[in-house]
Amino acid sequence: MPNTLFEKVWDQHVVVPETEDTPAILYIDLHLIHEVTTPQAFSLLRERGLSVRRPDRTLATMDHSTPTTPVNSFKDLAIVGDSAANQIRQMEINCREFGLDLLGFESAQRGIVHVIGPELGATQPGKTIVCGDSHTSTHGAFGALAFGIGTTEVGHVLATQCLLQRKPKTLAINVEGRLPAGVGAKDLILAIIGQIGVDGGTGHVIEYRGEAIRAMDMEARMTVCNMSIEGGARAGMIAPDDTTFDYLHGRERSPQGTEWDAALQRWRELVTDDGARFDKSVDVDASALTPMVTFGTNPGMVVGIEQPVPERPGDSNFRKALDYMQVEAGKPMTQNAVDIVFVGSCTNSRLGDLEQAAAVLEGRRVADGVRMLVVPGSQQVKKEAEAKGLDRVFTAAGAEWRESGCSMCLGMNGDTAGSGQLTVSTSNRNFEGRQGVGARTVLASPATAAASAVSGHIADPRRYLEE
Amino acid sequence: MKAIRTIRSRTVNMPAKDIDTDQIIPARFLTTTTREGLGEKLFHDLRFDTTGTPKPDFELNAPAAEGCEILVTGNNMGCGSSREHAPWALLDYGIQAVISTEIADIFRSNSLKNGLLTVVVDADTHDWLLDNPGSEIEIDVVASTLKLPGGRVVSYPIDAFARYCLIEGVDQLGYLQQNLDAVAAFEESRH
Repeated sequence: MPNTLFEKVWDQHVVVPETEDTPAILYIDLHLIHEVTTPQAFSLLRERGLSVRRPDRTLATMDHSTPTTPVNSFKDLAIVGDSAANQIRQMEINCREFGLDLLGFESAQRGIVHVIGPELGATQPGKTIVCGDSHTSTHGAFGALAFGIGTTEVGHVLATQCLLQRKPKTLAINVEGRLPAGVGAKDLILAIIGQIGVDGGTGHVIEYRGEAIRAMDMEARMTVCNMSIEGGARAGMIAPDDTTFDYLHGRERSPQGTEWDAALQRWRELVTDDGARFDKSVDVDASALTPMVTFGTNPGMVVGIEQPVPERPGDSNFRKALDYMQVEAGKPMTQNAVDIVFVGSCTNSRLGDLEQAAAVLEGRRVADGVRMLVVPGSQQVKKEAEAKGLDRVFTAAGAEWRESGCSMCLGMNGDTAGSGQLTVSTSNRNFEGRQGVGARTVLASPATAAASAVSGHIADPRRYLEE
Repeated sequence: MKAIRTIRSRTVNMPAKDIDTDQIIPARFLTTTTREGLGEKLFHDLRFDTTGTPKPDFELNAPAAEGCEILVTGNNMGCGSSREHAPWALLDYGIQAVISTEIADIFRSNSLKNGLLTVVVDADTHDWLLDNPGSEIEIDVVASTLKLPGGRVVSYPIDAFARYCLIEGVDQLGYLQQNLDAVAAFEESRH
């Protein structure tokens, strides 16, 4: 029987099949952990006298509550708040006590968990990957089945390397045509969420397919899969191909030598068979897209940059979102002035993202009164960007070049926007107060973010890229 | 986890759709290393103004909401991040059950693992609940039914295993541990 990519990966990891009364026991190949969603799980292990079953399948780092202030040495870092400092200390203690390698402050491999997994080659096709973080869907770009879990489940995986799961449904998103110049992966995924809605993927695993997806590099594919959760989906996947294999070849945790050849053979099987059926299917025309920006308080409230913000008379949720955002229906988002620009997060903090922002900023200045933060996704991304001189482009333009971390995406490390301030952000959520109490967030691509920084208003990057 | 067989309470409504976990508990409160005491932070920025004074127009601050253990929300409750702090905060505040037409996947999974019952109802029942705030209703967790005033009974879908764990008060880790031989055999078979 022909199978989808998801079904193949699922089937390969079923330890005990599901029945009407019990969920499947699913084996987890890679467990990513960070400081925010694990302390209570380690406490549970301690209470019950349990150990971590597979430290070798556990990758630990710190990213969420870590400061990103530029420093010469991490010893100088000022962690914002006693509780954040305590949480970071607790992570160090937990990893030491349970025998886990922690890519901590002293490590050149530290970074946002969804950036370093792929960067190290730990993220691989066909793996099951989980993390106490909803953006674990990022890793699906490699043909892995990757999804976010809660802290109780983090405890389950630490103790047993397994999870209890019901098999989700499948949703095919077929993206035909090519993305026009100046329109990127972020614009595509925002358009998709606008089309299916923030609950369009609930209960489903998405497979992104079609010409536009095949043409993307791995970083772009990660941006797309990253935001699957914003469409409500459990996970997003893309079938691995030569682009995937070229990316992984030679990375530290990728298979080496003859193991690489054997892995390639297995990985090439990880495609949806002809004739396999999806529970749902959605078509998207990539060639018709423009740069996209959000106008409301969830990622499904999105509009083309030249288009007017829609009107929905009688919809009180919609009205409330527009009021919060101080946005006018019927007018394009480009009329709104910008206070802060944030380039970073697990959605858009990789080298290619920074290059896109730098391409707009090169030889230009961030507008007066606008603060721009550029936060690389990992210390490795930071190093590579500096080797290419991107840091000098950013600082010459008047932007801040910072240490890696989640930073303003969720503002739990002290990097926040003030009440009423408008941030054009390359992150993934524009929820009320996400970036600070009363803060207003407009989600956009790195190019749009940089163009907005230069303009001082939300701006179409194509204007700057064509000049 | 304590066994839950019946929940009987007046309802409190939050009709907004797509209530995300950042609303339920803002990220700046996630630096805790325990699960206790999060009820104080529940819906913090909706509940309190910047001086820490309760906002009078927020649903849970209404005098009638006092003591309500059943929260009825708009569609797609609990979307967004995977933070389990969201159900911890709801439970710590005193909410025992959340009713909506749709509950986001991770939030539902987290809730059920902590003894916070999530109930998905049809649009008609949902409309009735939103139109009749403060109704005294009873949720029979064993029978998976909702008893509305006037005797109307509505059944709701729930995963059989989650239901079993709720009514027996057992957590799921024990079940996984009972299967560790199968896990070891699985690991062996992949070498």
